[in-house]
Amino acid sequence: MTRPVKQVHLAAHFPGVNNTTVWSDPRSGSHIEFSSFAHFARTAERAKFDFLFLAEGLRLREQNGEIYDLDVVGRPDTFTVLAALAAVTDRLGLAGTINSTFNEPYEVARQFASLDHLSGGRAAWNVVTSWDAFTGENFRRGGFLPADQRYARAKAFLQAASELFGSWDGTEILADKQAGQFLSTARPGAFGIHDAHFDITGQFGVPRSPQGRPVIFQAGDSDEGREFAASSADAIFSRHSQLADGQAFYADVKGRLARHGRRHDQLLILPAATFVLADTDAQARELAREVRRQQVSGQTAIKFAEQLWNRDLSGLDPDGPVPDFDPVPGENTIARGRASVRMYRDPVATARQWRELAAAKNLSLRELIIEVTGRQSFIGSPATVATTINEFVQSDASDGFILVPHITPGGLDEFADRVVPLLQERGVFRTEYAGRTLREHLGLAAPPAGSPAAQAAS
Amino acid sequence: MSVTSPLHLAVALEGTGWHPAAWREPGARPGDLLTAGYWADLAREAERGLLDFVTIEDSLGLQSSRPLEPDQRTDQVRGRLDAVLIAARVAPLTSGIGLVPTVVTTHTEPFHASKAIATLDYVAAGRAGVRVQVSARPYEAALFGRRAVAPAAVLADRSAPAARAFLDGLLAEAADYVEVLRRLWDSWEDGAEIRDAATGRFIDRDRLHYIDFAGDYFAVRGPSITPRPPQGQPVVAALAHGPAAYRLAAGSADVAFVTPRDAADARAITAQLSREQEAAGRAGPLHVLADLVVFLDRTAAAAAARQARLDEQAGAAYRSDAAVFAGTPGDLADLLLDWQASGLSGFRLRPGTIPGDLRQVTGSLVPELQRRGAFRRGYEAATLRGLLGLPRPASRYAGAAASTREVPS
Repeated sequence: MTRPVKQVHLAAHFPGVNNTTVWSDPRSGSHIEFSSFAHFARTAERAKFDFLFLAEGLRLREQNGEIYDLDVVGRPDTFTVLAALAAVTDRLGLAGTINSTFNEPYEVARQFASLDHLSGGRAAWNVVTSWDAFTGENFRRGGFLPADQRYARAKAFLQAASELFGSWDGTEILADKQAGQFLSTARPGAFGIHDAHFDITGQFGVPRSPQGRPVIFQAGDSDEGREFAASSADAIFSRHSQLADGQAFYADVKGRLARHGRRHDQLLILPAATFVLADTDAQARELAREVRRQQVSGQTAIKFAEQLWNRDLSGLDPDGPVPDFDPVPGENTIARGRASVRMYRDPVATARQWRELAAAKNLSLRELIIEVTGRQSFIGSPATVATTINEFVQSDASDGFILVPHITPGGLDEFADRVVPLLQERGVFRTEYAGRTLREHLGLAAPPAGSPAAQAAS
Repeated sequence: MSVTSPLHLAVALEGTGWHPAAWREPGARPGDLLTAGYWADLAREAERGLLDFVTIEDSLGLQSSRPLEPDQRTDQVRGRLDAVLIAARVAPLTSGIGLVPTVVTTHTEPFHASKAIATLDYVAAGRAGVRVQVSARPYEAALFGRRAVAPAAVLADRSAPAARAFLDGLLAEAADYVEVLRRLWDSWEDGAEIRDAATGRFIDRDRLHYIDFAGDYFAVRGPSITPRPPQGQPVVAALAHGPAAYRLAAGSADVAFVTPRDAADARAITAQLSREQEAAGRAGPLHVLADLVVFLDRTAAAAAARQARLDEQAGAAYRSDAAVFAGTPGDLADLLLDWQASGLSGFRLRPGTIPGDLRQVTGSLVPELQRRGAFRRGYEAATLRGLLGLPRPASRYAGAAASTREVPS
């Protein structure tokens, strides 16, 4: 039996508050004015992308005890800007990160159900957890959870929200003017959730939304994160944009689904990816090098090194050698509000690898950082990039990609104009939206009506 | 030409109208309440009438005709969408009218609300406001499960000391909440984003500020994650019925909604608000808008008959915290101008039915007021603060940083 050709899924991530975004480029526009978001969303919709994605961070990042000022700083409220984008788009999915640590399930469910109504069924929620009391200082809930409880709360949070989304089955509203009967039932949306994390009861205030519940994304990479995704998510954002890594991750996560009674096609794997396009592959490689130098200035290189070495390195020359001493062990205290520092699980070993790499290739500190952080995922002519993306998808390294341009808001335009048509010619990407909801774009079945608890009981 | 101050006119959007039977009116669209198109139509209708702003009602729990518990009724509209998101959804589809959604302060995070309203101000290009409201309802507290509230038995008599202490606490918390909203809006000074390629700095971090708010109910560190909104500070409004709420409105809001029974009552209330404002040491202008429920028709008899028919469908005479007017747009214009002379800045009209009475406001009342030279003929400003004649405030932190920075010569 021949293997069917997979359709590629594409999403657009609005450029964020890290050094991927090259704000110093003259073409770089506002990262906060609505016109930038509208431009970006319209481009994504013109290109028939599955969805637009917005990240979230609830405290400004700090390094060396000061607010970090080298990258874009400042972002909008996720829900509010997605609701506004629903007014300037028709079909594009609207996905956002919303934290499960500094929110309550009732309120988040209410906001997502509202967004799903107001967008005609295009809402998606990337469920994340927070690990730090640093962020908690902005919230009345405050505090934070030990690492081993983060996923337990996230899972309970999502379970509670799902219960709320399912608390109306869609048959309650009659609005029968003649009979004077608005509701078919006296207690619509009734729920009661009592577990280790939540003790809430009442009636949910938002009737069933077009998608039943928003599409659920998860981004964790740890064993727990993967398990959480396999049990509860519709799509997973991964970091694995290299072919072999991607295939291993794909096989691992898809392999977990059966254990949770789910089919292979009920969870999409969508790595984040960056790209650099030019007329020829050689020109693109040259441009990619330039962009990397813009993304990693000498100052930025020092900051990156500090995040691994966990100490002030402001006296170092970025064009000089890589430090020959070891990182400060223990909890990372130099950088706060930055999830990426947790990726350095063994900083001493990582520093040793970096030194060896720098010695082997004769790299300065800045050159090393350019080499070891954030190389672009796809570099080449439009034909090369289209071919590579399709190969990744057909060889099960992913089901598609979430693309992060490095220019706000026009960085997606060239991809839309030059790469998407090539994917469409090959028959692996839609030329028109077939459905109206994000769930339909992603090929996901609608969740069954009624609450999970009601289904379990029946 | 009128020599009095300009009349400010707002409409309070609530479902298919404020009368509980309004959804059964021939023109009502109860099946569309959960769609964006419905709210866009209402906001655009209000904008056609050149109103200053619309407020959007909200409640965390399901609507109820009883103050303290769900009513299990099936003959009234139940279920609604988040008001801030409705406002955001209609913002790009409107261009002149202010958008003032309700935010409940009792169970929500001021940090989230601050950035949501700041973002609304961005997507509405300077037309955002927020109406803060407390929730004393035990069944809404149970939706969050995080705090003890006074039991319904205590709240049943609102004048009893225990109930008053509880309600006063909610209002004090709301005042702290507004303080946090405002500090977070100020936490980025104007011009903090410098994009200085030469030094590699995107922001001037000296122009970002921790707000370090610590009160009885919460502590918030700051700064906001959202840069200072276009208006600097979006407009804050509150509905107030009594002394404790007057204190909140006078101490924290830019616009107070009040519920006088007549012109004399309006005069007494505005005087009380002025005293509270003095006591709070607030110099800034405070707009006082009287709430009125309106049923409008070509004749007073027709309006009264329509209200009576709605009452009959509802099975009870309509009662409201605000005064109820049933009559012609011309009579209403007389009343508004009469009451305005008592010190009011204007009115927030609650249409008895929507779209019926909303269209009467925009299509008949407004032209009548314009004929009398009492209402604008076009939007004279691009922001809500501009429409209300409120200056754009400087950040409270602007001086602090400057004093520690070297002043360039």
